[in-house]
Amino acid sequence: MSKSFTTIRSTGVPLKIENIDTDQIIPARFLKATTREGFGQNLFRDWRFYSDGRPKEGFILNDPGYHGKILVAAKNFGCGSSREHAAWAIKDYGFDVVISSFFADIFKNNALNNFLLPVTVSENFLQLIFDAIRQDAETLIEVNLDKQLIQLAGIGTEEKFEIDNYKKTCMLNGYDDIDYLLSITQEIEKFEALRI
Amino acid sequence: MNKTLFEKIWDSHVVKTIDGGPSVIYVDRHFIHEVTSPQAFAGLKKRNISVFRPAQVVATADHNVPTIEQNLPIKEELSRLQVEALKRNCADFGIELYGLGHPYQGIVHVIGPELGITRPGMTIVCGDSHTSTHGAFGAIAFGIGTSEVEMVLATQCVLQTKPKLMRINVDGELNRGVVAKDIILYIISKISASGATGYFVEYAGSTIRGLSMEGRMTICNMSIEMGARGGMVAPDEITFSYMKGRHFTPKNQDWDEKIAYWSTLYSEDHVLFDSEININASEIEPMITYGTNPGMGIAITGHIPSLEEISDQEKPSFEKSLQYMGLQPGTDIRGKKVDYVFIGSCTNSRIEDLRMVASFVKGKKKAAGVEVWVVPGSKQVEKQAIEEGIGKIFEDAGFNLRQPGCSACLGMNEDKIPAGKYCISTSNRNFEGRQGPNARTMLASPLTAAAAAITGRITDVRDLI
Ligand code: SF4
Repeated sequence: MSKSFTTIRSTGVPLKIENIDTDQIIPARFLKATTREGFGQNLFRDWRFYSDGRPKEGFILNDPGYHGKILVAAKNFGCGSSREHAAWAIKDYGFDVVISSFFADIFKNNALNNFLLPVTVSENFLQLIFDAIRQDAETLIEVNLDKQLIQLAGIGTEEKFEIDNYKKTCMLNGYDDIDYLLSITQEIEKFEALRI
Repeated sequence: MNKTLFEKIWDSHVVKTIDGGPSVIYVDRHFIHEVTSPQAFAGLKKRNISVFRPAQVVATADHNVPTIEQNLPIKEELSRLQVEALKRNCADFGIELYGLGHPYQGIVHVIGPELGITRPGMTIVCGDSHTSTHGAFGAIAFGIGTSEVEMVLATQCVLQTKPKLMRINVDGELNRGVVAKDIILYIISKISASGATGYFVEYAGSTIRGLSMEGRMTICNMSIEMGARGGMVAPDEITFSYMKGRHFTPKNQDWDEKIAYWSTLYSEDHVLFDSEININASEIEPMITYGTNPGMGIAITGHIPSLEEISDQEKPSFEKSLQYMGLQPGTDIRGKKVDYVFIGSCTNSRIEDLRMVASFVKGKKKAAGVEVWVVPGSKQVEKQAIEEGIGKIFEDAGFNLRQPGCSACLGMNEDKIPAGKYCISTSNRNFEGRQGPNARTMLASPLTAAAAAITGRITDVRDLI
């Protein structure tokens, strides 16, 4: 897993469905592993495959015309269960960015903790992206974390996106929250002593 | 400055706030289960560190466990390995485990409150979105991911950005046949499956104050289903009398001191919430969902929205959902045949839920062709149900009383609803495939579920009481 993030320039895979919950991203029956690897093969399992394992032709991930490191989804992506396996599956499959107009809170945290960048764009901009990809599946989307800018290359349309400064620094430098918290355990102990 | 309930608890748990970033929040209680913890323990091992405060962590096995013959080894290999990994990790790191066979075993959100581990004023986390349940006691309780589980194990802290605050006031008398589950399904249907994203919700108002702790837990449990980080209710006499005398509840002088503190936990007058919603309890009817997210709920006497009632933008998702469910837009939901009834899950598997169902089905029999599973939330609930004769009532009615666990709520064990079948479920999620690949879930209260068990069809419980 790559542990830092700079600029991504890639085509996008459009998944124009609202309220995609983490049970769809990775169904519960695949949560029995005790490691973090290999979840990508079951990403969107029941949308992607029939029960006998044959790929479902109509599903976008099975369409060779669409590919890339950016998943573009309709609003309220990642709702439901807190399973981090959803973020692991998306990352393991090969996506580095998910774009939506709205993310569920826990999913957003889980994604950031796995160096998968959730980019929240306006409803209008999301529509522009869907339209652009529909017209030309090779449309390049550029996500610049440092400048917090997302651009439709060639078309020239762009939008700023929000991310908190701390998380941005972590993503850009490959820092992880646990390292940070471990570095302040003395402060935590002081806090505990004062409370009791 | 006047503070909200949330702010009082939050402020007393901030270790520090990072400039332009989240706060370091101290965690009082950390619950863990077998599914979302193995990778966190692996992380600790890799870093070669121990659990920071093992005494503040409690573990149970619930998601994967079978609900029959729990005395035998788990048949399904991967489930067994996960449950065994939990056992090993708890032993290695000195964590109390209420595993299979233990008298306290059960669904994590049922056992915490029932044992008196969950208390007002606490911060509580678990690698599970329905941790919001514990907020019913006036605690800040929320679900976290596995990386965060690792953080809390390592430092007893988690990084969190302060959420926005919403208050939902429910006032007035409830209609006959309407219970806590209907209130929350109604609220979600009004504000949608994403309507509270970014918020922490406080439930208030006379109707909420009048609910039992079990009812309040049902409501807080489903806060996540409208996107909220959590839900909470200010503690009061009902809270204290529920807690009194439980296994881990403070005793004697300690108890009196705690009550004095807990009684200060409420939102003061004239505080401003980022959003405030008022609900008139008398508008709520028994509810049921027809679609594939919990926001797709209607009154049992109502009809599935017609295409004209749905905005263009939402149409594709709506149609996909109805196609999955095998239902037609604009039609009535009553009278539809059901195949399975599942009474259980951390939303509705407490003793009060089982009592409610038992008093309704006493002397009745389930309809032919309907399979009815009642899965108690914990060993203690199971024991109590049997002692109170509830088990016998279920047996006579043809209901199958099973052993505790998450069961068909998410179908990680053998309890799956077959493809294409309709299940009325007292659980909290009707997502595609949630109860098994291609299973069709309709969420409802324990009463509405029991009514369907008796008639074999979606029924307005008020017609039977
Ligand atoms: S009962 Fe269902 S919702 Fe509750 S913890 Fe278990 S799987 Fe999650």
